[in-house]
Amino acid sequence: MAVTIRIPTQLRPIAGGSSTVAVEGATVGEVLKGLEAAHPGFHERLFDEQGNLRRFVNVFVADEDIRFLDGIDTPVAAGSTVSIVPAVAGG
Amino acid sequence: MPYVDGLRCRECGRTYPSEALHVCDWCFGPLEVVYDYGAIKAAVSREAIGAGPLSMWRYADLLPAASEGAVSLGAGFTPLVRADRLAAELGLRELWIKNDTVNPTGSFKDRVVSVALTKAQELGFKVAACASTGNLANSVAAHAAHAGMESIVFIPADLEAGKVVNTAVFGGRLVAVEGNYDDVNRLCAELAGEHPSWAFVNVNVRTYYAEGSKTLAFETAEQLGWSCPDHVVVPVASGSQLTKVAKGFKELWEVGLLDEEPHVRISGAQAAGCSPVAQAFAAGRDVIKPVKPDTIAKSLAIGNPADGPYALDAVRSSGGGFGSVSDDEVVDGIRLLARTEGIFAETAGGVTIGSLVQLVERGVVRPDERVVALVTGNGLKTIEAVSSHCRPTATIAPTLDAFAAAIEIPED
Repeated sequence: MAVTIRIPTQLRPIAGGSSTVAVEGATVGEVLKGLEAAHPGFHERLFDEQGNLRRFVNVFVADEDIRFLDGIDTPVAAGSTVSIVPAVAGG
Repeated sequence: MPYVDGLRCRECGRTYPSEALHVCDWCFGPLEVVYDYGAIKAAVSREAIGAGPLSMWRYADLLPAASEGAVSLGAGFTPLVRADRLAAELGLRELWIKNDTVNPTGSFKDRVVSVALTKAQELGFKVAACASTGNLANSVAAHAAHAGMESIVFIPADLEAGKVVNTAVFGGRLVAVEGNYDDVNRLCAELAGEHPSWAFVNVNVRTYYAEGSKTLAFETAEQLGWSCPDHVVVPVASGSQLTKVAKGFKELWEVGLLDEEPHVRISGAQAAGCSPVAQAFAAGRDVIKPVKPDTIAKSLAIGNPADGPYALDAVRSSGGGFGSVSDDEVVDGIRLLARTEGIFAETAGGVTIGSLVQLVERGVVRPDERVVALVTGNGLKTIEAVSSHCRPTATIAPTLDAFAAAIEIPED
């Protein structure tokens, strides 16, 4: 069973306009690699030149920010949802 | 007529038109308004500003929306109060309180919302929305009512009663979300993508909204006779206000309204239970690690602050510091300000005053500096925080004897 990635508006053109993409992978890193393989162009938008996630890119696994988990190595269970969300603010 | 050339990404520099955009399509960095400062310099003068309205809109030339037809309940131009009694308690020579508790809905949020909804109307939006820790909710609901816009406001379900009532009374839709502010914020980031016809003041029109906080710096300088303080203490939630206050002082110099180039030290104030920016500062880190908030200062309870990196830069580059205060220090700060200066602040104000106390004790705020503390929300909104300490001195029968028995009167 695949993992569902929720794509933010800004990146949907890379995925042919889709708001979700299903890929295989056991960690966030693998899932994002799978996303790049399925729709080339995601990697350079999500990662900086050093290969780190850009600081204004937030990734959630089952609604938890991966910075509270194991970052890019966070395990992803089959059937779960990974969300890519631009940082916002307010208060 | 606003002197806006467009928008630019703060991270990668890509440029965008002046529309309802807040985030760079390329790298997700936040967008910033680009002004034609040369044209502003030619247009502004102290005299013209002095003759303007007694509100934040006297600085319209430095804002990204036109003042004609502005959505305004009269926010801004709040008192800058000389705080000699509090200064004496702290051992400071010159202390001022920017009393933003007296804005139309009781917080500085009226400044940012006035800009946001003015721009939203310019762009043709009919619906105003926001994710809020409370003060913004009050302000969006009120300004939307005033402007005849619909409002949809999202708050954490555990907010103070005062903040809930002060939003719902304006008649818009108020959605309480089971979760903390960061959960609400994330939901709104996704909703904003699904509902592009809504003006989410702190999402898709945030670029304009945030600019409203500059008026805190503009007013402070004007009220000090067109000069800047040496040190400003600013509460930090998302970090936007602090970043924009720093920008505001620089812009005044840029457009020729100051005689001397300002060197304002900026210090941040956070609650220890939600201090991701203060922690990064203390650890010498550039990266802000999000936290799960646990503090009575709910208006500052943003664990994942979007402008945290910029607030950190502004504090570091100006030679300021950070206060980080316990809940007890928040309450003490509220009571200290009230007792010495007659100003009743909400919990965020308690964080600011508590942090000021800390920063003085640590020698970061120096006794010879001209200091301004931004007190940005009204205590009537968070009475829960102090209600157990603030009771009648005595409850008596309506007789002279009962009064004499209960109350000790000082000799005349």
